[in-house]
Amino acid sequence: MSPLAEYAISALLVFGGAFTLIGAIGLARLPDFYTRLHGPTKATTVGVGAIMLSSVIYFSAIGEGVGISEVLITVFLLMTAPVSANMLAKAAMHIGVKTVEDTEGKPWEQ
Amino acid sequence: MFDRLSFPQPWLSLILFLIWQILSDGVSGGSVALGLILAWLIPQITHGFWPERPAFVKVWRMPAYILRVLKDIVIASFSVAWLILSPRNPRPAFISYPLQLDHPLAISILASTISLTPGTVSADVSDDNKTLLIHALDATSDQEVIDTIYNSYEKPLMEMFQ
Repeated sequence: MSPLAEYAISALLVFGGAFTLIGAIGLARLPDFYTRLHGPTKATTVGVGAIMLSSVIYFSAIGEGVGISEVLITVFLLMTAPVSANMLAKAAMHIGVKTVEDTEGKPWEQ
Repeated sequence: MFDRLSFPQPWLSLILFLIWQILSDGVSGGSVALGLILAWLIPQITHGFWPERPAFVKVWRMPAYILRVLKDIVIASFSVAWLILSPRNPRPAFISYPLQLDHPLAISILASTISLTPGTVSADVSDDNKTLLIHALDATSDQEVIDTIYNSYEKPLMEMFQ
């Protein structure tokens, strides 16, 4: 494997790991349920995307062909993350989860 | 019982079949057989959940839209990551977004896009399909969020579905 590929893989792994960590920190730090939804749907999506990309580079660099499965996993992730966020938000509105006080606007009555 | 054996959505069946071949290691007799079963079974089961087909979709506009959304996802992640790490508290808001799209498929694409892009998660669609409830993580003004979504996502989608 060429050094360039190794550097690219390492950089992508660190980048992906950092973003996944930030998503997890957001889950702990943000004030209420609805704001916590934002961490996993965005930061983590890019984190996993970077890790998948590094996997694609690794397997093409050692000559096993381009991994289409990794690309597919990323696509499925991008398709399902918004649906689960939407379902979580709907469920939270249904049982009337409290929002932080400085939230503008109100969730709908279900 | 003859339509039980048919493929109600040929494109969906074809895509399912191809994805199954890619996911299984190499095309073999077994993967073709199982792929055919899945390509038949999944559209049969999910048939009732699919919205009606749109009258006309300009599919060739889709790649540009997807590229734009991918770019925005990366930018969105940086801004959300920055917000999480910075000490100030975000200003969350619930925003009612007036929908101009009317096709259910277009609305669900828009809602998914909103969930993936800068600081917004779509929470609910009103029963008459006219309003979308959005939760914004850090909104300075409602109108700004509405304008951004309209210009970058809803307008391209309207062009695609009309």
